[in-house]
Amino acid sequence: MTNQDVVLTIWLVGAALIALGFLFVVVQARRPAANAAAQNHVSHVLRKWVFFALLAGFAIGSWATLHQFPIPSQHGPSGAPQTVEAVGRMWSWQLTPDKVTAAREVEFRVSSDDVNHGFAIYAPNGRIVTQTQAMPGYTNRFVHTFDEPGTYTVQCLEYCGVGHAPMTTTFEVVAARGQ
Amino acid sequence: MATLTLYPDDERLAGGERLTFNLYLVSALVLFVLMMLLGVTLRMSQAQWIAVPPNWFYQLLSMHGAGMVGTMVMVTTATMWFFLRKYVRLHLWAFVANYALFLLGALCIVGAVFVGGYGALWTFLYPLPAKGMLWTPGASALFMVGYLLIGIGSLVFYFDAAAGIVAVHGNLARALGLQWLFGGSIDPDHPKAVVASASMIVANTLGILAGAVALVMSLVNIYFPEVALDALFTKTLIYWFGHMYINAAIYMGVIAIYELLPRYTRRPYPLSRPFLWGWAATTLLVIIVFPHHLLMDFAEPHWLLVVGQLASWGSGFPVFVVTMWGALGNVYRADMRWRMPSMLLVLSLFGWVAGGFGALLDSTIRVNLTMHNTQWVPGHFHFYLLLGVLAMALGFMYHVIGERTSATGRSDTGRTVLFVYIVGALVFLGAFLDAGRLSVPRRMATHLEPWLFTDRLGAIGGLLVLLAMLYFAARITAGLLQSGAPSGSGRVGAADVAR
Repeated sequence: MTNQDVVLTIWLVGAALIALGFLFVVVQARRPAANAAAQNHVSHVLRKWVFFALLAGFAIGSWATLHQFPIPSQHGPSGAPQTVEAVGRMWSWQLTPDKVTAAREVEFRVSSDDVNHGFAIYAPNGRIVTQTQAMPGYTNRFVHTFDEPGTYTVQCLEYCGVGHAPMTTTFEVVAARGQ
Repeated sequence: MATLTLYPDDERLAGGERLTFNLYLVSALVLFVLMMLLGVTLRMSQAQWIAVPPNWFYQLLSMHGAGMVGTMVMVTTATMWFFLRKYVRLHLWAFVANYALFLLGALCIVGAVFVGGYGALWTFLYPLPAKGMLWTPGASALFMVGYLLIGIGSLVFYFDAAAGIVAVHGNLARALGLQWLFGGSIDPDHPKAVVASASMIVANTLGILAGAVALVMSLVNIYFPEVALDALFTKTLIYWFGHMYINAAIYMGVIAIYELLPRYTRRPYPLSRPFLWGWAATTLLVIIVFPHHLLMDFAEPHWLLVVGQLASWGSGFPVFVVTMWGALGNVYRADMRWRMPSMLLVLSLFGWVAGGFGALLDSTIRVNLTMHNTQWVPGHFHFYLLLGVLAMALGFMYHVIGERTSATGRSDTGRTVLFVYIVGALVFLGAFLDAGRLSVPRRMATHLEPWLFTDRLGAIGGLLVLLAMLYFAARITAGLLQSGAPSGSGRVGAADVAR
């Protein structure tokens, strides 16, 4: 299951629960409550529980997704044994080098010569593995380890003019010795 | 407290007010249909059912984005005006000026796109407008002038509304009810419409001013290229403006739920301390949430990206725990009048919350690494715009036309069309969201073979939505143009026509 599959599944479950909640209320909407005050009391108590449950989810979720910050520091050496310089320009990519080794960290240094571009790496299965922006005047750095050898595609993911869609290139991830 | 009378006398419109209000709504309906037509054209082109050259694709996409966002804000501005004028004095000239400036701005945008060939999209990123190759810098400048005119119109309206609110409540903080956050006896007659309006006046004014700075800087750069801008700073301003502006559409539109829902549930929907906390939090969070558009700009200070994620997650609390919970509590076991307005308003709550959940997921940095700028993004924002804001606006408009006609016959056509609208929207949105799962990029004129299935599904869903919208637009326009307003008991029963 890819990251993207997980995200869609989470959304589908959440949206289904929300829809069920709405359906429950809508079905009950034609049956007036005999005791509105008691109903209000129950609603307020329930709301408190939901609020604290969401607050707990907020705290736990924030810690889980941020305690190891997913973006590396942009200052100082990354320590990655491989480096790729990526430069975008209307409408092509220049990767130096265009071959890296699997199972070893690669630092990508991404910039642009003209307008904003999006540097998205697509795995051979057609899914995005990671991305960053390519922006004039800035270098965005990230570190990625490719688990699987193969031909990976770089696709521009930030609209950059009429040649945006075909702004792609490929690079090779080769197996490490002994793999 | 909002009235339980379906059509209270203080909401009646006459003369210039009625004419201006009708102009807002009819213009919005026409624009919605036209912009949907463009949207369906774009999806059909991606589906390879029709051939649209790439330059035209991006021009139409620019028009669709700017047109839809502008129209959403226009119709929800009318919603805010309609209810706020009951509580504070609003000047008709400000409402008219906003409309006139909107039209002038829209004309500039239409000229820039269809004559000048502008195709740098509605949230353009510096320096693309000046380096587009297929359009002239003049076209970009015209597009930006259009934005400035629309922004000035919004500010005129907001300043008039702020003056009216301050005259009654002393200042915007008191209008927001901040004096009751930690204690004290809440005035039960303090209108929710005033709370929400004060919040959006503060937040959207800041967003528009941020946008104005970016626009003026970009205009200077277009005519004096030696004055170079910082690409990251300009992008930050553009997204502060863009996010704030479309958020304002939602939060102005929700006034219709606060005002109208209790009339259909026949049950009071009183002001509460959680409600005031919710809007105080919303005011702050809506202002600081925009960095979630910049999560892939690693050069941004990382604390700003953390703010983007946390503020996005946090802004779900007021929506879920305050507005949705409060509104559903009002509906639950309430002897509901199920009419087109109430059905659309409840639907809009669902669309807002379910679509917002998709947005919340995408604002998580780890998720954004693989979903940013894929079709997941139009998937979630179309969800809360199509099933959220537009449903709110349609519910409001259906309510308004219920007063204006003496016909009391029942018709199931509206409900059938609403069903088509919902089914079409779910197909259309599901296609976008699944395409996000498949890593299909957004904003792309040409699509690969493996992406065509979701493109075609989306085009079919979009066509159904367009057909339903054509009916809604015709039905509501006909209702708005009715001259008579039934009186007495007929005023209560007249909403039956809006079935």
